[in-house]
Amino acid sequence: MTQTCTITMTVNGEIVSQQVPTRMNLVDFLRNEVGLTGSHVGCEHGVCGACTIEVDGVAVRGCLLLAVQADQASVTTIEGLANNPTGRALQNAFQKHNALQCGFCTPGMLASAVEYVEGGGSPERTAIREHISGNYCRCTGYQSIVDAIADVLENASS
Amino acid sequence: MTGPINPFDKPNSYIGRSVERADAKRLTQGRGQYVDDLQLPRMVHAAFVRSPFAHAEILSIDKQVAEKAPGVVAVFAGADLTDHVTPYVGILTHLQGLRSPPQMPLAIDRARWQGEPVAMVVAQSRALAEDACDLIEIDYKPIDAACDVESALAPDAVVIHDEYQNNLAWERVVDAGDVDGAFARADVTVVERTFTFARHTGVTLETRASVVEFNPSDETLIWHYSGQAPHMMQAIVAKHLGMQEENVRIIARDVGGSFGIKIHTYGDEFATAAAAKILGRPVKFVADRNESFSTDIHARDHRVTGRIGVDKDGSIVGLEIDDLTGIGPYSMYPRSSGIECNQILNLTGAPYAIDNYRARGTIVFQNKNMMCQYRAVGHPVAMAVADGLLEGAAHEIGMDVVDIRRKNLLRDDVYPTSSAAGMKFDDLSHQKALEKLVELMDYNGLRRDQKEARENGIYRGIGFVSMVEVTNPSPMFYGVGGASISAQDGASVRLDATGALHVSVSITEQGQGTNTIIAQIAAGIFGVDLDRVKVTTGDTATTPYGGGTWASRGAGIGGEAVLLASNALKEQVLDVAAVILQASPETLDIKDGAIVDLADENERMPLSDLGKIVYYRGNELPSDLAPELIATRHYRVTDFPFVFTNGAMAAHVEVDIETGFVKVLDFWAVEDCGRVINPKLVDEQIRGGVVQGIGGALYEECLYSDDGQLLNASMADYLVPMAAEMPDIQVAHIETPTKTSVLGAKGAGEAGTGGAPAAVMNAVNDALRPMQASIYQMPMTPQRVLKALGTV
Repeated sequence: MTQTCTITMTVNGEIVSQQVPTRMNLVDFLRNEVGLTGSHVGCEHGVCGACTIEVDGVAVRGCLLLAVQADQASVTTIEGLANNPTGRALQNAFQKHNALQCGFCTPGMLASAVEYVEGGGSPERTAIREHISGNYCRCTGYQSIVDAIADVLENASS
Repeated sequence: MTGPINPFDKPNSYIGRSVERADAKRLTQGRGQYVDDLQLPRMVHAAFVRSPFAHAEILSIDKQVAEKAPGVVAVFAGADLTDHVTPYVGILTHLQGLRSPPQMPLAIDRARWQGEPVAMVVAQSRALAEDACDLIEIDYKPIDAACDVESALAPDAVVIHDEYQNNLAWERVVDAGDVDGAFARADVTVVERTFTFARHTGVTLETRASVVEFNPSDETLIWHYSGQAPHMMQAIVAKHLGMQEENVRIIARDVGGSFGIKIHTYGDEFATAAAAKILGRPVKFVADRNESFSTDIHARDHRVTGRIGVDKDGSIVGLEIDDLTGIGPYSMYPRSSGIECNQILNLTGAPYAIDNYRARGTIVFQNKNMMCQYRAVGHPVAMAVADGLLEGAAHEIGMDVVDIRRKNLLRDDVYPTSSAAGMKFDDLSHQKALEKLVELMDYNGLRRDQKEARENGIYRGIGFVSMVEVTNPSPMFYGVGGASISAQDGASVRLDATGALHVSVSITEQGQGTNTIIAQIAAGIFGVDLDRVKVTTGDTATTPYGGGTWASRGAGIGGEAVLLASNALKEQVLDVAAVILQASPETLDIKDGAIVDLADENERMPLSDLGKIVYYRGNELPSDLAPELIATRHYRVTDFPFVFTNGAMAAHVEVDIETGFVKVLDFWAVEDCGRVINPKLVDEQIRGGVVQGIGGALYEECLYSDDGQLLNASMADYLVPMAAEMPDIQVAHIETPTKTSVLGAKGAGEAGTGGAPAAVMNAVNDALRPMQASIYQMPMTPQRVLKALGTV
């Protein structure tokens, strides 16, 4: 129950080394121990997508990974997203299209969008909608989010 | 009032422009400040033991082992809080006869729904608190549960509260005109349907969250709150924790969705506040998703039987409804659980000219989670019943569903007028909205497409709704019933030394863009650049007193307060400028951050110069001049109980008759919310609302077993609309400003949720019509569609 491990990971380019309870999940570690509160906890069972972050280049659920599983990994959170040109472009497009209301889903939504854009995703709206279907947004109805992602893809190709 | 007759036509006005939200920049960079982000020195964490039974006696609670568990600071059972929290009762006196027993934060002696908090552990971490919850021994004696609404009033039903003879909470009857006489006429066709609306809930992505800190040295309490009504919470906390109101401060920073969920008094939150006060240190409680599903207020849960009578021309001669609803074991505090049923009685058929109207509402207690006001309170039910009946009647007499609306919708030249239920209407545009909708969606083209598709075995349907929405409520909504809920809002606007405006306002931001529209109004009315306006909301210590943002009231009421305060400040500033410039104030104006001549807009002096003279070099001013560079104004709606909006919406769906799946292909919404302050933000409110409405129509349902166990309390099991299933939604506007204010803005936040279910239901039934099948039960799941088709 109180077993701990020492882990070391790179978070947004900075090395973090700390002793953590083995049962602590990665998003709780990032939020409560590292102080990066941009990643949000919405369901704690891998469904809502609010805690989506990038671990070793792959978008994952921060609530389904234990912090100890990310030992030696490289992690990018919303706070580090602006260092990446795709991340910055998406942040700007989300602002322009008002692709957020309360903003709680936004960090995870952006992480999924970065994965889609960098993975060569199509600007076709149905394909975008399919890709972000693992990220729940209660406020927008999704249309403006699709607009924002399509905008980035169309600008990249033009 | 100074300035031109119509201040919105000024070239530097921001009103009517889709400016970007300043908050969006912060939130896209992970710089939000939600309650769970807060970590305070000495902060401890609360977790709750909740009743596993829908109805049970609590025979004993043994805390001893839990109290000694690692990291545990304190363990509380219900009886431990009786000296610290006074009981609360969720009734409103204007809902005459509504009854509900007193509640306490944690169940005492008897638990009345599965999920009701029974004990609380406070520990060094949430994980340790949850560990200790498992060590509390509670001996329950289960009692039969009264869960089913239909049988809750049966003579042999289990009575939930010993002090009552039965499970009745409230009844109301509206009877206007002569419904029976109208229905009995020989030329009248009467159509009857029974509608069922499942329980669903708000599913805010940020769950309910509180951090409460208490400072025993000066008896002050600060509640970091994720919610919509800070001053209401201040009054409630002070009253029930035995504090002076001025010693309670409520702070709402970023709120991760609310939709009416976070505007009530929850036992676990009250217990958290009590623990903070008892322990003298900050306590955090953040509901997990399971707790959210089983304790966040649920909504709807109505069964309505309705009858409509139409004559040969399609004119409605009468309407009758009977609504039965279950609200859980108590009426929620402080807004009560009577409002949704009351709204249904008030609003069903309200868009139409109907003289003969009869409505009965019955509210019962049941052993399920509590039901209360969630986005579009009552509207989805009222609109689906009236428009479901109307479309049914149209088909019965062979009339087009648009034509029957043209015939019966209130004409655009009849205002002011009242409905049979007594609702007062003004400045509405039902007919114009319908015509705009029909044009926007290319109705005739869609009907041609539908015909062709049917020939190919594809079943598409088109459904409409014409609606009203309650917005900008006056004190007649809550205050008149005895609740400490403000219907007025206040705004302070201050000019600073460098020419910036600070606006402090009592409405709140939950993502709608409140902060942005407030800045737009202030900048436009006063005359500075938008980026020189700073807005403060969500803090009882620093904003004027007011109601907050709910019931689609933020822009219409808070916005008007900002307009009035900005105008007042402008007059005050021009008075000072006139002295400095040796001019008459009537000849001056403010534009782009400078004092200008009204006649030719020549700049006379930047506001920063005026600010510096007043604040730093007052010696340059005449001694008898007392400059006031701050103005505060308040506003409430006076002439109407509510300022109604209207809208017309349509859904285009495809039903797969093999699988029962419904796909929403298109959705259109024409809304008249009066003056539009920021078109993009309004459109996004409508779209988000429509999608929540589609959720209620097709997916969302809190499923209970017969003995009151919530079966789908996880996001994997409770379906919500996701991106792949949702259509793009076209939004258009009619702008009929309300005459109740200068700004002319009505609310827009709930229209989509109120109207979409009716349109989708009508569209599904339109699609099913060739099979002589119909469905009036929401959500319209594949299984229910197949049942309607007779295939299962």
